[in-house]
Amino acid sequence: MQNFEFVRPTSVADAVAALKGDEAQPMSGGQTLMPTMKARLAAPEILVSLTAIDEMKGVRKDGDQIWIGGGTTHATVARETAESYPALSSLAGRIGDPSVRSRGTIGGSIANNDPSACYPAGALGSGATIVTDRREIAADDFFQGMFMSALDEGEIVTAVKFPVPQKAIYQKFIQPASRFPLTAVFVAHFGDTVRVAVTGASSDGVFRWTEAEEALQGNFSADAVSGLSVSAAMMISDLHGSGAYRAQLTKVMTQRAVAALA
Amino acid sequence: MPKDGGIGSSTKRREDVRFLSGTGRYTDDINLHGQLYAHFVRSDVAHGKINGINADAAMAMPGVVRVFTAKDFEGVGGVPCGWQITSIDGSPMQEPKHPVLAEGKVRHVGDPIAVVVAESLGQARDAADALEIDIEMLPAVMDMKEAIKDGAPKVHDDLSSNLCYDWGFVEDNKDAVAKAIADADHVTTLELVNNRLVANPMEPRVAVGDYDMANDEHTLYTTSQNPHVIRLLMGAFVLGIPEHKLRVVAPDVGGGFGAKIFHYAEEAFCTFAAKQLRRPVKWTSSRSEAFMSDAHGRDHVTKIELAMDKDNNFTAIRTETYANMGAYLSTFAPSVPTWLHGTLMAGNYKTPLIYVNVKAVFTNTVPVDAYRGAGRPEATFQLERVIDKAARERGVSPIELRRQNFITEFPYATPVAVEYDTGDYHATMDRVLEMADHAGFEARAEQSKKNGKLRGFGIAHYIEACGIAPSNLVGQLGARAGLYESATVRVNATGSISVMTGSHSHGQGHETSFAQVVSEMIGIDATQVDIVHGDTSKTPMGMGTYGSRSIAVGGSAMVRATEKIIAKAKKIAAHLMEASEGDIELKDGQFTVAGTDKSVAWGDVTLAAYVPHNYPLEDIEPGLEETAFYDPANFTYPSGGYACEVEVDPDTGKVDVLSFSAADDFGNVINPMIVEGQVHGGVAQGFGQAMMENCAYDADGQLISASYMDYAMPRATDLPMFKVDHSCQTPCTHNPLGVKGCGEAGAIGSPPAFVNAVIDALHRGGHKVEHINMPLTPDRVWTAIQNS
Repeated sequence: MQNFEFVRPTSVADAVAALKGDEAQPMSGGQTLMPTMKARLAAPEILVSLTAIDEMKGVRKDGDQIWIGGGTTHATVARETAESYPALSSLAGRIGDPSVRSRGTIGGSIANNDPSACYPAGALGSGATIVTDRREIAADDFFQGMFMSALDEGEIVTAVKFPVPQKAIYQKFIQPASRFPLTAVFVAHFGDTVRVAVTGASSDGVFRWTEAEEALQGNFSADAVSGLSVSAAMMISDLHGSGAYRAQLTKVMTQRAVAALA
Repeated sequence: MPKDGGIGSSTKRREDVRFLSGTGRYTDDINLHGQLYAHFVRSDVAHGKINGINADAAMAMPGVVRVFTAKDFEGVGGVPCGWQITSIDGSPMQEPKHPVLAEGKVRHVGDPIAVVVAESLGQARDAADALEIDIEMLPAVMDMKEAIKDGAPKVHDDLSSNLCYDWGFVEDNKDAVAKAIADADHVTTLELVNNRLVANPMEPRVAVGDYDMANDEHTLYTTSQNPHVIRLLMGAFVLGIPEHKLRVVAPDVGGGFGAKIFHYAEEAFCTFAAKQLRRPVKWTSSRSEAFMSDAHGRDHVTKIELAMDKDNNFTAIRTETYANMGAYLSTFAPSVPTWLHGTLMAGNYKTPLIYVNVKAVFTNTVPVDAYRGAGRPEATFQLERVIDKAARERGVSPIELRRQNFITEFPYATPVAVEYDTGDYHATMDRVLEMADHAGFEARAEQSKKNGKLRGFGIAHYIEACGIAPSNLVGQLGARAGLYESATVRVNATGSISVMTGSHSHGQGHETSFAQVVSEMIGIDATQVDIVHGDTSKTPMGMGTYGSRSIAVGGSAMVRATEKIIAKAKKIAAHLMEASEGDIELKDGQFTVAGTDKSVAWGDVTLAAYVPHNYPLEDIEPGLEETAFYDPANFTYPSGGYACEVEVDPDTGKVDVLSFSAADDFGNVINPMIVEGQVHGGVAQGFGQAMMENCAYDADGQLISASYMDYAMPRATDLPMFKVDHSCQTPCTHNPLGVKGCGEAGAIGSPPAFVNAVIDALHRGGHKVEHINMPLTPDRVWTAIQNS
């Protein structure tokens, strides 16, 4: 790791100001950035910690939505949404290991948009709203490809607002080494609409499997998906699974999610 | 019932007090006054020509003491290889120089090019970034079969080709084997890969070099399984330091699995640089460095043919293996695919004719050497896989096909040059089938089917040759070392004992089990016996721990030394009791005179030895300290039957291991708890190889599984609770304890059991899949189902 300046603002406004510095980089739980810096693949001049900003922390009801501060750890989300949104709680409670869950945050995960991360599937599958220091962005517009998002330079995810579906589930098939999703599917049933978000599979990052959504809207059963297939063309192909295999997992995980909910 | 703390009792491991309380002393815990830090700059390309290194900017960086390159090692020897193999045509293997730092060329990702030594590690790393290294990329030599074709790019320009050796065993059998295969009623052929693995001990490698100018003495603290071997190899072949001026210390070592047997360039570097700089020099491997600098394991590509007569008796076996040596010859690399592999091809079966051909090949990859089992897992895997395939082709039970061909009479001389002293393979087969409830399998399979899953049962048997090894034999086979072991038993005046052993414990629990042996022999409490190991200045010359040799060879040396102690102590006791030496008996720490009520205690005799006022000085010397070197008469031959039950999810290819049973014959057992722990660990590593672990390179020689993000290590939750049993015991006939060794068994016997179970499950589901190369990842299993 190379030397850097470390600042720890206590308000969003101060953090935004600090991020205007040269080669400044925000860091929340640091579960991605710290290993990257230790491997000398990132070397920010100024590291702006977001961990001391109280206004970015916590889980609360916001009308019929759940508001989760961007600086809230996975462990806290898992604990505090256990009753209000069990599917999201289950997703958060299965990220990484206890040490990752105690440091890593929802805002950091969403902003990073790792193509194999869990939270992007939860946010996109729920139709969440990403709240930043300057605007609100629908999840459908936020995730824009592998490690790409709608965030501007220096923009901070301050909160995520989740509508709560009637029922939802996160079905994860792990990559055996990293234990990230090899492919995972978040299925949410809102009564009149169904959302299916897939992570780990596509080289474009998290995506909605709209074909399955349409089929499930008419007939919410595993059978509704059995005739469908996902194109392997855009799927990630690596040591752990071919594109065809990830396409298969997308379908099987979706079917299993629906079967568990139906 | 074994005596508490004696042979056969599951005494808790005394070393765990420090390991579990964080008070162990590992090499990285050693920090010497004025110590400098070494950072190795390693090649990020697989193959390239070094056009130039400019260290000016790096040298000017804060804290930098010196930048070393190959130029600094002119006149210093290369890292030596400890075993020579002779090819079929009688020529010695091709043996390239392995420089401490790359000379002229880099030959694998991770090959060290330069070392920055600085006041702090951070400064060394910062300076490394300022080093200007001009490397011209060359085509990477990756595929073994391509590598030995005419015109292929060469890893070593001064060798005639990338072929290290072409070994035939037993060459005299070659034609007879060919004829038996041609004449056979049936021949089953299987082509397979034994996947490359990274050992991944929990503690990465560390070296601290120190130099005492006043006495011209060098000390190397290192993470080694055999400090005396390192002293010999590094002192004699690399740096030219005589033994009396070089001390090698391997204190607590956090796992080795083979990868810490070998002498590595980093050890030589730290020892060398400490003298050059007159300050201690420390290097601690990062986990990323470990992936590209610790010797890898396995990496064989094999074709095996099994010939049978019309009654399914095995008539011949022929194998052809390509064995990856990597870019340089690691210390014992040439022996692994040859003598540790070819001699095991008979397995548990009375096959009269066997021929093994091994082509060892240089590639632009990390050197490959012994990893838990070393050659024996590779032999066992191909044999136990081809037998399962043969059973399917012949429509017979894989269990019965094995039983029919089991060796039943001992001693048994195999056609591959070893003689099994004891064994009872039907007994271990019976036991493992009982443990695994084989009788109830069909009902369980039916239940799985109802749940949409495919259940399979896999069986494997193994034999291993361990307790290595008779020195005169291995000398004939090309070893450049003897493989005896040593022990000094030092009895103190009050009767407590220090045992200095040449064996080295890095997780095996020697401090507990060795003490059980010595205390039992004398009849004193085990707490009166301490085991000292890991320091060449304290222990007699010994060959260290690997090849499941420590209790069989090191333990035998300890027994011999203790026998000498007892013989001398009886002389002293006879004197004290004014009796004839032949009438003295030792039991429970008391010397008695047969037929009388006279006795003296162990402590009285030991005190007399050191305070010899009333002592037979005319016959024997004072003191009570004896050394023994034990050279085994033969290998030992542990064997066992392993059974595995799996469930395959046909939609995802995911395999769940539902049960695993191991019935091992280790001969006599000193500490059953430690033995069971060794089997648990071995089976877990076998599971890792079979199901998860894959050290993978791309076509350009980039290591694509270079961290735990991509190299899959098994975790406890991936595994069922193993059932292990060692009640089948046919004691070794040629060592004094009747022990065989247990450290590698699990890693040797389990991979084929896992794979056989998965293939069985797929066949039961109607998928005609004959083989899947390890690791059997979900993707590979699903793809095999799709292609069936």
